[in-house]
Amino acid sequence: MTSKTLLRWGLYGILILFALFYLMPLFVMLTTSLKSLEEIRTGSLLALPRDITFAPWAEAWSTACAGTQCEGLRPFFWNSVLMAVPAVMISTVIGALNGYVFAQWKFRGANLLFAAILFGCFIPFQVVLLPMAQMLGLMGLAGTIPGLIFVHVIYGLGFTTLFFRNYYVTIPQELVRAAKVDGAGFFRIFWSIFLPISLPIITVSVIWQFTQIWNDFLFGVSFSGAGSQPVTVALNNIVNSTTGVKAYNVDMAAAIIAALPTLLVYVVAGKYFIRGLTAGSVKG
Amino acid sequence: MEWLERNVPKVVLAPSFVAILVFVYGFIAWTAWISFTRSRLMPRYELDGVTQYERLFAAPRWDVAMNNLFLFGGLFIVISMVIGLMLAIFLDQKIRAEGVLRTIYLYPMALSLIVTGTAWKWILNPGLGIQEAVRGWGFENFTFDWLIQPDMAIYTVVLAAVWQASGFVMALFLAGLRSVDSEIIRAAQVDGIPTHRIYSAIIIPTMAPIFLSAFIVLAHLAIKAFDLVIALTGGGPGYATDLPATYMYAMAFSRGDLGQAASSAMIMMMVIFAIVVPYLYSELRPRRDQ
Repeated sequence: MTSKTLLRWGLYGILILFALFYLMPLFVMLTTSLKSLEEIRTGSLLALPRDITFAPWAEAWSTACAGTQCEGLRPFFWNSVLMAVPAVMISTVIGALNGYVFAQWKFRGANLLFAAILFGCFIPFQVVLLPMAQMLGLMGLAGTIPGLIFVHVIYGLGFTTLFFRNYYVTIPQELVRAAKVDGAGFFRIFWSIFLPISLPIITVSVIWQFTQIWNDFLFGVSFSGAGSQPVTVALNNIVNSTTGVKAYNVDMAAAIIAALPTLLVYVVAGKYFIRGLTAGSVKG
Repeated sequence: MEWLERNVPKVVLAPSFVAILVFVYGFIAWTAWISFTRSRLMPRYELDGVTQYERLFAAPRWDVAMNNLFLFGGLFIVISMVIGLMLAIFLDQKIRAEGVLRTIYLYPMALSLIVTGTAWKWILNPGLGIQEAVRGWGFENFTFDWLIQPDMAIYTVVLAAVWQASGFVMALFLAGLRSVDSEIIRAAQVDGIPTHRIYSAIIIPTMAPIFLSAFIVLAHLAIKAFDLVIALTGGGPGYATDLPATYMYAMAFSRGDLGQAASSAMIMMMVIFAIVVPYLYSELRPRRDQ
Protein backbone atom coordinates (compact mmCIF):
# COMPACT_ATOMS: atom_id res chain seq x y z
CA MET A 1 0.00 0.00 0.00
CA THR A 2 2.73 2.48 0.93
CA SER A 3 4.80 1.71 -2.15
CA LYS A 4 1.71 2.26 -4.25
CA THR A 5 1.10 5.65 -2.62
CA LEU A 6 4.76 6.52 -3.19
CA LEU A 7 4.45 5.59 -6.85
CA ARG A 8 1.36 7.79 -7.10
CA TRP A 9 3.26 10.73 -5.59
CA GLY A 10 6.15 10.13 -7.98
CA LEU A 11 3.71 10.10 -10.90
CA TYR A 12 2.19 13.43 -9.91
CA GLY A 13 5.68 14.81 -9.23
CA ILE A 14 6.87 14.05 -12.77
CA LEU A 15 3.66 15.32 -14.36
CA ILE A 16 3.92 18.58 -12.44
CA LEU A 17 7.62 18.97 -13.28
CA PHE A 18 6.78 18.70 -16.96
CA ALA A 19 3.93 21.16 -16.55
CA LEU A 20 6.45 23.61 -15.08
CA PHE A 21 8.81 22.98 -18.00
CA TYR A 22 6.08 23.78 -20.53
CA LEU A 23 4.88 26.81 -18.59
CA MET A 24 8.32 28.27 -17.86
CA PRO A 25 8.83 30.17 -21.15
CA LEU A 26 5.38 31.73 -20.91
CA PHE A 27 6.02 32.68 -17.29
CA VAL A 28 9.41 34.18 -18.15
CA MET A 29 7.98 36.09 -21.12
CA LEU A 30 5.15 37.51 -19.04
CA THR A 31 7.24 38.53 -16.01
CA THR A 32 10.04 39.96 -18.17
CA SER A 33 7.55 42.04 -20.13
CA LEU A 34 6.39 43.66 -16.88
CA LYS A 35 9.87 44.55 -15.59
CA SER A 36 11.97 47.64 -16.18
CA LEU A 37 15.31 47.16 -17.95
CA GLU A 38 17.08 48.07 -14.72
CA GLU A 39 15.26 45.29 -12.90
CA ILE A 40 16.06 42.79 -15.66
CA ARG A 41 19.78 43.56 -15.38
CA THR A 42 19.92 43.28 -11.59
CA GLY A 43 17.27 40.64 -10.92
CA SER A 44 16.86 36.98 -11.73
CA LEU A 45 15.17 35.50 -14.77
CA LEU A 46 12.66 33.62 -12.67
CA ALA A 47 11.88 36.36 -10.15
CA LEU A 48 8.49 38.05 -10.12
CA PRO A 49 8.57 41.73 -11.07
CA ARG A 50 9.01 44.07 -8.08
CA ASP A 51 7.49 47.12 -9.72
CA ILE A 52 5.07 46.15 -12.43
CA THR A 53 5.30 48.41 -15.48
CA PHE A 54 3.19 48.31 -18.62
CA ALA A 55 5.51 50.67 -20.51
CA PRO A 56 7.18 47.80 -22.45
CA TRP A 57 3.75 46.72 -23.70
CA ALA A 58 2.91 50.21 -24.88
CA GLU A 59 6.29 50.47 -26.58
CA ALA A 60 5.95 47.05 -28.23
CA TRP A 61 2.51 47.96 -29.53
CA SER A 62 3.14 51.45 -30.88
CA THR A 63 6.76 52.70 -30.90
CA ALA A 64 9.25 49.81 -31.06
CA CYS A 65 11.45 49.78 -34.15
CA ALA A 66 11.24 46.96 -36.68
CA GLY A 67 14.12 47.78 -38.97
CA THR A 68 13.82 51.45 -39.83
CA GLN A 69 10.12 51.69 -39.09
CA CYS A 70 9.31 52.67 -35.50
CA GLU A 71 5.58 52.21 -35.20
CA GLY A 72 5.59 49.13 -33.00
CA LEU A 73 3.72 45.96 -33.84
CA ARG A 74 0.36 47.65 -34.40
CA PRO A 75 0.43 48.10 -38.20
CA PHE A 76 1.84 44.60 -38.67
CA PHE A 77 -0.73 43.09 -36.35
CA TRP A 78 -3.45 44.56 -38.57
CA ASN A 79 -1.61 43.30 -41.66
CA SER A 80 -1.87 39.81 -40.19
CA VAL A 81 -5.57 40.28 -39.50
CA LEU A 82 -6.20 41.60 -43.02
CA MET A 83 -4.27 38.65 -44.43
CA ALA A 84 -5.57 35.84 -42.22
CA VAL A 85 -9.32 36.59 -42.22
CA PRO A 86 -9.92 36.48 -45.99
CA ALA A 87 -7.40 33.66 -46.52
CA VAL A 88 -9.09 31.51 -43.88
CA MET A 89 -12.56 32.20 -45.26
CA ILE A 90 -11.70 31.56 -48.90
CA SER A 91 -9.71 28.38 -48.28
CA THR A 92 -12.45 27.01 -46.02
CA VAL A 93 -15.23 27.64 -48.56
CA ILE A 94 -13.26 26.04 -51.40
CA GLY A 95 -12.19 23.17 -49.15
CA ALA A 96 -15.82 22.51 -48.19
CA LEU A 97 -16.95 22.29 -51.81
CA ASN A 98 -13.96 20.15 -52.80
CA GLY A 99 -14.47 17.83 -49.84
CA TYR A 100 -18.17 17.54 -50.74
CA VAL A 101 -17.29 16.43 -54.28
CA PHE A 102 -14.63 13.96 -53.15
CA ALA A 103 -16.89 12.42 -50.53
CA GLN A 104 -20.24 12.34 -52.30
CA TRP A 105 -19.87 12.97 -56.04
CA LYS A 106 -17.07 10.63 -56.97
CA PHE A 107 -16.17 10.33 -60.62
CA ARG A 108 -13.52 8.37 -62.46
CA GLY A 109 -10.08 9.58 -61.44
CA ALA A 110 -11.38 11.37 -58.34
CA ASN A 111 -9.23 9.32 -55.97
CA LEU A 112 -6.12 10.03 -57.97
CA LEU A 113 -6.97 13.72 -57.96
CA PHE A 114 -7.53 13.66 -54.21
CA ALA A 115 -4.15 12.01 -53.70
CA ALA A 116 -2.55 14.66 -55.91
CA ILE A 117 -4.09 17.46 -53.85
CA LEU A 118 -3.18 15.76 -50.58
CA PHE A 119 0.37 15.43 -51.76
CA GLY A 120 0.56 19.20 -51.94
CA CYS A 121 0.30 19.29 -48.14
CA PHE A 122 3.62 17.56 -47.78
CA ILE A 123 5.95 19.42 -50.11
CA PRO A 124 8.58 21.57 -48.42
CA PHE A 125 7.58 25.11 -49.37
CA GLN A 126 11.18 25.91 -50.27
CA VAL A 127 10.58 24.10 -53.52
CA VAL A 128 7.89 26.59 -54.61
CA LEU A 129 9.44 29.74 -53.16
CA LEU A 130 11.37 30.90 -56.23
CA PRO A 131 8.70 30.37 -58.91
CA MET A 132 6.05 31.84 -56.59
CA ALA A 133 8.12 34.99 -56.16
CA GLN A 134 8.23 35.32 -59.95
CA MET A 135 4.55 34.49 -60.36
CA LEU A 136 3.47 37.08 -57.78
CA GLY A 137 5.56 39.60 -59.69
CA LEU A 138 3.85 38.68 -62.97
CA MET A 139 0.45 38.94 -61.32
CA GLY A 140 1.30 42.34 -59.89
CA LEU A 141 0.83 41.00 -56.36
CA ALA A 142 4.47 41.00 -55.21
CA GLY A 143 4.91 42.53 -51.77
CA THR A 144 1.19 42.97 -51.14
CA ILE A 145 -1.33 41.54 -48.70
CA PRO A 146 -3.54 40.17 -51.51
CA GLY A 147 -0.44 38.33 -52.71
CA LEU A 148 0.00 36.71 -49.30
CA ILE A 149 -3.71 35.85 -49.16
CA PHE A 150 -3.37 34.18 -52.55
CA VAL A 151 -0.38 32.10 -51.42
CA HIS A 152 -2.05 31.00 -48.20
CA VAL A 153 -5.25 30.02 -50.01
CA ILE A 154 -3.34 27.91 -52.56
CA TYR A 155 -1.25 26.02 -50.04
CA GLY A 156 -4.07 25.71 -47.49
CA LEU A 157 -6.42 23.99 -49.96
CA GLY A 158 -4.95 20.55 -49.39
CA PHE A 159 -5.71 20.60 -45.68
CA THR A 160 -9.18 22.13 -45.90
CA THR A 161 -10.15 19.68 -48.65
CA LEU A 162 -8.89 16.82 -46.49
CA PHE A 163 -10.87 17.98 -43.43
CA PHE A 164 -14.17 18.28 -45.27
CA ARG A 165 -13.71 15.15 -47.35
CA ASN A 166 -13.06 13.05 -44.24
CA TYR A 167 -16.08 14.57 -42.51
CA TYR A 168 -18.55 14.27 -45.41
CA VAL A 169 -17.47 10.74 -46.27
CA THR A 170 -19.21 9.52 -43.08
CA ILE A 171 -22.57 10.77 -44.31
CA PRO A 172 -24.53 7.98 -46.05
CA GLN A 173 -24.76 8.33 -49.80
CA GLU A 174 -28.41 7.25 -49.72
CA LEU A 175 -29.20 10.72 -48.42
CA VAL A 176 -27.76 12.31 -51.54
CA ARG A 177 -29.43 9.75 -53.77
CA ALA A 178 -32.82 10.39 -52.19
CA ALA A 179 -32.39 14.15 -52.55
CA LYS A 180 -31.45 13.69 -56.21
CA VAL A 181 -34.60 11.67 -56.78
CA ASP A 182 -36.52 14.58 -55.30
CA GLY A 183 -34.95 16.79 -57.95
CA ALA A 184 -32.39 18.62 -55.85
CA GLY A 185 -29.18 19.62 -57.60
CA PHE A 186 -25.54 19.73 -56.54
CA PHE A 187 -25.62 23.09 -54.78
CA ARG A 188 -29.12 22.63 -53.39
CA ILE A 189 -28.07 19.41 -51.65
CA PHE A 190 -24.91 21.05 -50.34
CA TRP A 191 -26.77 24.09 -49.11
CA SER A 192 -29.68 22.41 -47.38
CA ILE A 193 -28.25 19.05 -46.27
CA PHE A 194 -24.50 19.32 -45.85
CA LEU A 195 -23.95 22.90 -44.76
CA PRO A 196 -26.32 22.75 -41.76
CA ILE A 197 -24.42 19.80 -40.25
CA SER A 198 -20.97 21.19 -41.00
CA LEU A 199 -20.45 23.51 -38.06
CA PRO A 200 -17.97 21.24 -36.21
CA ILE A 201 -15.75 20.70 -39.24
CA ILE A 202 -15.97 24.35 -40.29
CA THR A 203 -14.71 25.20 -36.80
CA VAL A 204 -11.80 22.78 -37.15
CA SER A 205 -10.90 24.13 -40.58
CA VAL A 206 -11.12 27.76 -39.51
CA ILE A 207 -9.02 27.23 -36.39
CA TRP A 208 -6.40 25.16 -38.18
CA GLN A 209 -6.08 27.61 -41.05
CA PHE A 210 -6.08 30.61 -38.78
CA THR A 211 -3.29 29.16 -36.64
CA GLN A 212 -1.23 28.17 -39.67
CA ILE A 213 -1.62 31.49 -41.44
CA TRP A 214 -1.20 33.69 -38.39
CA ASN A 215 1.94 31.82 -37.34
CA ASP A 216 3.45 31.62 -40.81
CA PHE A 217 6.87 33.18 -41.23
CA LEU A 218 8.38 31.72 -44.39
CA PHE A 219 5.82 33.10 -46.84
CA GLY A 220 5.61 36.35 -44.89
CA VAL A 221 9.33 37.00 -44.97
CA SER A 222 9.70 35.87 -48.59
CA PHE A 223 6.75 37.59 -50.23
CA SER A 224 5.86 40.67 -48.19
CA GLY A 225 6.99 44.22 -48.86
CA ALA A 226 7.78 47.06 -46.47
CA GLY A 227 4.12 47.86 -45.86
CA SER A 228 2.64 44.38 -45.89
CA GLN A 229 4.74 42.37 -43.44
CA PRO A 230 2.78 40.13 -41.09
CA VAL A 231 3.28 40.27 -37.34
CA THR A 232 5.69 37.31 -37.15
CA VAL A 233 8.12 39.03 -39.51
CA ALA A 234 7.83 42.30 -37.60
CA LEU A 235 8.43 40.50 -34.30
CA ASN A 236 11.60 38.94 -35.67
CA ASN A 237 12.76 42.35 -36.91
CA ILE A 238 12.06 44.01 -33.58
CA VAL A 239 13.95 41.34 -31.64
CA ASN A 240 16.90 41.43 -34.03
CA SER A 241 17.08 45.18 -34.54
CA THR A 242 20.51 46.28 -33.44
CA THR A 243 20.00 49.96 -32.84
CA GLY A 244 20.15 51.28 -29.28
CA VAL A 245 19.99 49.38 -26.01
CA LYS A 246 18.51 45.91 -26.22
CA ALA A 247 15.05 46.19 -24.65
CA TYR A 248 14.33 42.61 -23.59
CA ASN A 249 11.12 43.59 -21.85
CA VAL A 250 9.80 45.11 -25.09
CA ASP A 251 10.85 42.00 -27.03
CA MET A 252 8.92 39.79 -24.64
CA ALA A 253 5.83 42.01 -24.71
CA ALA A 254 5.99 41.96 -28.52
CA ALA A 255 6.28 38.16 -28.54
CA ILE A 256 3.20 37.82 -26.34
CA ILE A 257 1.22 40.25 -28.48
CA ALA A 258 2.12 38.25 -31.60
CA ALA A 259 1.10 35.02 -29.86
CA LEU A 260 -2.10 36.31 -28.28
CA PRO A 261 -4.62 35.58 -31.07
CA THR A 262 -3.65 31.93 -31.47
CA LEU A 263 -3.29 31.43 -27.71
CA LEU A 264 -6.78 32.83 -27.30
CA VAL A 265 -8.13 30.49 -29.96
CA TYR A 266 -6.43 27.57 -28.21
CA VAL A 267 -7.87 28.45 -24.82
CA VAL A 268 -11.39 29.03 -26.17
CA ALA A 269 -11.57 26.18 -28.68
CA GLY A 270 -8.69 23.86 -27.81
CA LYS A 271 -10.80 20.79 -28.52
CA TYR A 272 -11.16 21.77 -32.17
CA PHE A 273 -7.53 22.80 -32.40
CA ILE A 274 -6.47 19.30 -31.32
CA ARG A 275 -8.90 17.72 -33.75
CA GLY A 276 -7.32 19.78 -36.52
CA LEU A 277 -3.83 18.73 -35.45
CA THR A 278 -4.68 15.06 -35.43
CA ALA A 279 -6.76 15.22 -38.62
CA GLY A 280 -3.84 16.97 -40.29
CA SER A 281 -1.57 14.11 -39.38
CA VAL A 282 -3.67 10.96 -39.42
CA LYS A 283 -5.37 10.34 -42.69
CA GLY A 284 -8.61 8.42 -42.96
CA MET B 1 -26.64 23.38 -70.21
CA GLU B 2 -27.33 19.75 -69.54
CA TRP B 3 -23.63 19.00 -69.85
CA LEU B 4 -22.94 21.61 -67.21
CA GLU B 5 -25.52 20.15 -64.89
CA ARG B 6 -24.04 16.69 -65.19
CA ASN B 7 -20.53 17.94 -64.68
CA VAL B 8 -21.02 20.38 -61.83
CA PRO B 9 -18.77 18.35 -59.48
CA LYS B 10 -15.91 18.43 -61.97
CA VAL B 11 -16.44 22.12 -62.66
CA VAL B 12 -16.32 22.83 -58.93
CA LEU B 13 -13.02 20.99 -58.61
CA ALA B 14 -11.49 22.48 -61.73
CA PRO B 15 -10.04 25.68 -60.19
CA SER B 16 -8.38 23.72 -57.37
CA PHE B 17 -7.12 21.18 -59.85
CA VAL B 18 -5.57 23.86 -62.05
CA ALA B 19 -4.13 25.67 -59.02
CA ILE B 20 -2.48 22.52 -57.67
CA LEU B 21 -1.25 21.56 -61.12
CA VAL B 22 0.42 24.94 -61.65
CA PHE B 23 1.42 26.01 -58.15
CA VAL B 24 2.53 22.65 -56.81
CA TYR B 25 3.54 20.39 -59.68
CA GLY B 26 4.39 23.11 -62.20
CA PHE B 27 6.45 24.98 -59.64
CA ILE B 28 8.31 21.85 -58.60
CA ALA B 29 9.15 21.26 -62.26
CA TRP B 30 10.34 24.87 -62.60
CA THR B 31 12.58 24.58 -59.55
CA ALA B 32 13.92 21.26 -60.82
CA TRP B 33 14.71 22.86 -64.17
CA ILE B 34 16.49 25.82 -62.56
CA SER B 35 18.53 23.40 -60.45
CA PHE B 36 20.10 22.11 -63.68
CA THR B 37 21.08 25.56 -64.99
CA ARG B 38 23.69 28.19 -64.23
CA SER B 39 21.15 30.64 -62.80
CA ARG B 40 22.61 33.14 -60.38
CA LEU B 41 20.82 36.39 -59.63
CA MET B 42 18.33 35.88 -62.46
CA PRO B 43 16.88 32.61 -63.75
CA ARG B 44 18.54 31.28 -66.91
CA TYR B 45 16.96 28.46 -68.78
CA GLU B 46 19.87 26.79 -70.64
CA LEU B 47 20.48 23.39 -69.11
CA ASP B 48 23.93 22.86 -67.69
CA GLY B 49 23.98 19.36 -66.23
CA VAL B 50 24.49 18.68 -62.57
CA THR B 51 26.97 21.48 -61.80
CA GLN B 52 24.66 22.99 -59.17
CA TYR B 53 24.48 19.70 -57.31
CA GLU B 54 28.25 19.30 -57.54
CA ARG B 55 28.70 22.80 -56.11
CA LEU B 56 26.12 22.02 -53.42
CA PHE B 57 27.79 18.84 -52.27
CA ALA B 58 31.18 20.53 -52.30
CA ALA B 59 29.98 23.44 -50.15
CA PRO B 60 31.10 23.11 -46.50
CA ARG B 61 28.07 25.12 -45.42
CA TRP B 62 25.68 22.62 -47.05
CA ASP B 63 27.58 19.83 -45.35
CA VAL B 64 26.99 21.50 -41.99
CA ALA B 65 23.32 22.02 -42.86
CA MET B 66 22.75 18.35 -43.75
CA ASN B 67 24.66 17.08 -40.73
CA ASN B 68 22.61 19.42 -38.57
CA LEU B 69 19.42 18.16 -40.14
CA PHE B 70 20.21 14.55 -39.26
CA LEU B 71 21.47 15.39 -35.77
CA PHE B 72 18.62 17.80 -35.01
CA GLY B 73 15.97 15.67 -36.71
CA GLY B 74 17.08 12.45 -35.03
CA LEU B 75 17.23 13.90 -31.54
CA PHE B 76 14.06 15.92 -31.98
CA ILE B 77 12.05 12.92 -33.18
CA VAL B 78 13.37 10.47 -30.59
CA ILE B 79 13.14 12.80 -27.58
CA SER B 80 9.67 14.08 -28.53
CA MET B 81 8.40 10.51 -28.95
CA VAL B 82 9.89 9.35 -25.63
CA ILE B 83 8.52 12.31 -23.68
CA GLY B 84 5.20 12.15 -25.52
CA LEU B 85 4.71 8.45 -24.85
CA MET B 86 5.77 8.76 -21.21
CA LEU B 87 3.42 11.66 -20.53
CA ALA B 88 0.57 9.89 -22.31
CA ILE B 89 1.01 6.71 -20.26
CA PHE B 90 1.27 8.69 -17.02
CA LEU B 91 -1.79 10.78 -17.84
CA ASP B 92 -3.66 7.57 -18.61
CA GLN B 93 -3.44 6.50 -14.91
CA LYS B 94 -6.69 8.21 -13.85
CA ILE B 95 -4.91 11.43 -13.00
CA ARG B 96 -6.84 14.19 -11.30
CA ALA B 97 -6.71 17.49 -13.24
CA GLU B 98 -5.86 15.60 -16.41
CA GLY B 99 -7.61 18.23 -18.52
CA VAL B 100 -5.54 21.08 -17.08
CA LEU B 101 -2.26 19.20 -17.52
CA ARG B 102 -3.14 18.26 -21.09
CA THR B 103 -3.92 21.87 -21.90
CA ILE B 104 -0.58 23.00 -20.46
CA TYR B 105 1.43 20.35 -22.32
CA LEU B 106 -0.13 21.17 -25.65
CA TYR B 107 -0.31 24.97 -25.74
CA PRO B 108 3.20 25.47 -27.24
CA MET B 109 1.88 23.93 -30.45
CA ALA B 110 -0.48 26.89 -30.84
CA LEU B 111 2.41 29.36 -30.83
CA SER B 112 4.36 30.64 -33.79
CA LEU B 113 7.89 29.21 -33.98
CA ILE B 114 9.11 32.79 -34.13
CA VAL B 115 7.56 33.39 -30.70
CA THR B 116 9.04 30.13 -29.40
CA GLY B 117 12.46 31.04 -30.73
CA THR B 118 12.28 34.54 -29.25
CA ALA B 119 11.31 33.20 -25.81
CA TRP B 120 14.05 30.55 -25.72
CA LYS B 121 16.66 32.94 -27.05
CA TRP B 122 15.97 35.08 -24.02
CA ILE B 123 15.96 32.17 -21.56
CA LEU B 124 19.19 30.72 -22.97
CA ASN B 125 20.98 34.08 -23.14
CA PRO B 126 24.08 33.32 -21.01
CA GLY B 127 24.37 36.84 -19.59
CA LEU B 128 20.79 37.15 -18.33
CA GLY B 129 18.96 33.86 -18.63
CA ILE B 130 19.12 30.46 -16.93
CA GLN B 131 22.89 30.56 -16.43
CA GLU B 132 22.67 33.86 -14.59
CA ALA B 133 19.65 32.71 -12.55
CA VAL B 134 21.37 29.52 -11.36
CA ARG B 135 24.54 31.47 -10.53
CA GLY B 136 22.36 33.80 -8.52
CA TRP B 137 21.26 30.82 -6.41
CA GLY B 138 24.90 30.39 -5.32
CA PHE B 139 26.27 28.02 -7.98
CA GLU B 140 28.93 30.49 -9.13
CA ASN B 141 30.54 28.21 -11.70
CA PHE B 142 27.35 26.99 -13.35
CA THR B 143 27.72 27.33 -17.11
CA PHE B 144 24.97 26.93 -19.69
CA ASP B 145 26.02 28.89 -22.75
CA TRP B 146 25.16 26.46 -25.54
CA LEU B 147 23.48 29.25 -27.48
CA ILE B 148 26.84 30.88 -28.23
CA GLN B 149 28.94 27.71 -28.58
CA PRO B 150 29.26 26.72 -32.26
CA ASP B 151 29.33 22.99 -31.50
CA MET B 152 26.49 23.11 -28.94
CA ALA B 153 24.07 25.67 -30.41
CA ILE B 154 22.23 23.05 -32.47
CA TYR B 155 21.16 21.38 -29.21
CA THR B 156 19.36 24.55 -28.14
CA VAL B 157 17.33 24.23 -31.34
CA VAL B 158 16.51 20.65 -30.30
CA LEU B 159 15.48 21.84 -26.83
CA ALA B 160 13.10 24.51 -28.13
CA ALA B 161 11.68 22.22 -30.82
CA VAL B 162 11.01 19.45 -28.30
CA TRP B 163 9.34 21.97 -26.01
CA GLN B 164 7.10 22.97 -28.89
CA ALA B 165 6.09 19.56 -30.26
CA SER B 166 6.30 16.94 -27.50
CA GLY B 167 2.87 17.87 -26.10
CA PHE B 168 1.36 17.22 -29.49
CA VAL B 169 2.93 13.75 -29.56
CA MET B 170 1.47 13.20 -26.09
CA ALA B 171 -1.99 14.08 -27.42
CA LEU B 172 -1.62 11.65 -30.33
CA PHE B 173 -0.46 8.83 -28.07
CA LEU B 174 -3.12 9.52 -25.46
CA ALA B 175 -5.81 9.25 -28.13
CA GLY B 176 -4.20 5.98 -29.20
CA LEU B 177 -4.10 4.58 -25.68
CA ARG B 178 -7.77 5.40 -25.19
CA SER B 179 -8.75 3.62 -28.38
CA VAL B 180 -7.26 0.28 -27.33
CA ASP B 181 -10.01 -2.26 -26.66
CA SER B 182 -10.76 -1.99 -22.94
CA GLU B 183 -12.08 -5.59 -22.83
CA ILE B 184 -8.61 -6.97 -23.59
CA ILE B 185 -7.05 -4.77 -20.93
CA ARG B 186 -9.60 -5.81 -18.33
CA ALA B 187 -9.09 -9.48 -19.16
CA ALA B 188 -5.34 -9.04 -18.71
CA GLN B 189 -5.90 -7.28 -15.38
CA VAL B 190 -8.13 -10.12 -14.21
CA ASP B 191 -5.36 -12.57 -15.12
CA GLY B 192 -3.11 -10.62 -12.77
CA ILE B 193 -0.69 -9.32 -15.41
CA PRO B 194 1.23 -6.33 -14.02
CA THR B 195 0.47 -2.91 -15.50
CA HIS B 196 3.88 -2.37 -17.12
CA ARG B 197 3.55 -5.73 -18.87
CA ILE B 198 0.07 -4.83 -20.10
CA TYR B 199 1.53 -1.68 -21.66
CA SER B 200 4.65 -3.26 -23.16
CA ALA B 201 3.00 -6.44 -24.45
CA ILE B 202 -0.55 -5.43 -25.31
CA ILE B 203 -1.20 -1.71 -25.57
CA ILE B 204 1.94 -0.29 -27.18
CA PRO B 205 2.19 -2.91 -29.96
CA THR B 206 -1.38 -2.13 -31.07
CA MET B 207 -0.41 1.53 -31.39
CA ALA B 208 2.11 0.96 -34.22
CA PRO B 209 0.16 3.09 -36.72
CA ILE B 210 0.22 6.02 -34.30
CA PHE B 211 3.98 5.73 -33.88
CA LEU B 212 4.22 5.91 -37.65
CA SER B 213 1.96 8.98 -37.85
CA ALA B 214 3.89 10.73 -35.09
CA PHE B 215 7.15 9.92 -36.83
CA ILE B 216 5.91 11.28 -40.16
CA VAL B 217 4.67 14.53 -38.62
CA LEU B 218 7.84 15.06 -36.58
CA ALA B 219 10.14 14.24 -39.50
CA HIS B 220 8.17 16.64 -41.64
CA LEU B 221 8.45 19.37 -39.01
CA ALA B 222 12.20 18.75 -38.70
CA ILE B 223 12.90 18.99 -42.41
CA LYS B 224 10.84 22.15 -42.75
CA ALA B 225 12.34 23.74 -39.60
CA PHE B 226 13.20 27.28 -40.54
CA ASP B 227 11.42 29.86 -38.38
CA LEU B 228 12.76 28.41 -35.15
CA VAL B 229 16.39 28.58 -36.27
CA ILE B 230 15.94 32.09 -37.65
CA ALA B 231 14.46 33.36 -34.38
CA LEU B 232 16.65 31.39 -31.98
CA THR B 233 20.15 31.44 -33.45
CA GLY B 234 19.82 33.12 -36.84
CA GLY B 235 21.72 30.10 -38.15
CA GLY B 236 24.74 31.05 -36.04
CA PRO B 237 27.22 31.29 -34.47
CA GLY B 238 28.70 31.61 -37.96
CA TYR B 239 26.61 29.04 -39.82
CA ALA B 240 26.84 26.40 -37.08
CA THR B 241 23.06 25.93 -36.82
CA ASP B 242 22.24 26.17 -40.51
CA LEU B 243 19.67 23.69 -41.78
CA PRO B 244 18.79 22.98 -45.42
CA ALA B 245 15.81 25.34 -45.11
CA THR B 246 17.94 28.26 -43.90
CA TYR B 247 20.64 27.46 -46.48
CA MET B 248 18.04 27.58 -49.24
CA TYR B 249 16.66 30.87 -47.97
CA ALA B 250 20.11 32.45 -47.73
CA MET B 251 20.97 31.40 -51.29
CA ALA B 252 17.64 32.56 -52.69
CA PHE B 253 17.23 35.90 -50.95
CA SER B 254 20.56 37.17 -49.64
CA ARG B 255 23.25 35.52 -51.78
CA GLY B 256 21.39 35.85 -55.08
CA ASP B 257 22.29 32.32 -56.12
CA LEU B 258 19.11 30.85 -57.57
CA GLY B 259 20.85 27.72 -58.83
CA GLN B 260 22.05 26.76 -55.37
CA ALA B 261 18.68 27.67 -53.84
CA ALA B 262 16.86 25.47 -56.35
CA SER B 263 19.15 22.47 -56.01
CA SER B 264 19.06 22.60 -52.20
CA ALA B 265 15.25 22.84 -52.30
CA MET B 266 15.14 19.78 -54.54
CA ILE B 267 17.27 17.80 -52.09
CA MET B 268 14.92 18.83 -49.26
CA MET B 269 11.98 17.65 -51.28
CA MET B 270 13.59 14.32 -52.01
CA VAL B 271 14.30 13.75 -48.32
CA ILE B 272 10.64 14.46 -47.50
CA PHE B 273 9.36 12.30 -50.32
CA ALA B 274 11.55 9.40 -49.27
CA ILE B 275 9.66 9.47 -45.97
CA VAL B 276 6.15 10.53 -47.01
CA VAL B 277 5.55 8.66 -50.27
CA PRO B 278 5.66 5.13 -48.79
CA TYR B 279 3.45 6.37 -45.95
CA LEU B 280 0.84 8.00 -48.19
CA TYR B 281 0.89 4.97 -50.44
CA SER B 282 0.09 2.63 -47.58
CA GLU B 283 -2.57 4.99 -46.19
CA LEU B 284 -4.40 5.60 -49.47
CA ARG B 285 -4.17 2.10 -50.89
CA PRO B 286 -7.69 0.64 -51.05
CA ARG B 287 -8.11 -1.70 -48.11
CA ARG B 288 -9.29 -5.26 -48.61
CA ASP B 289 -12.28 -4.84 -46.32
CA GLN B 290 -13.71 -1.95 -48.33
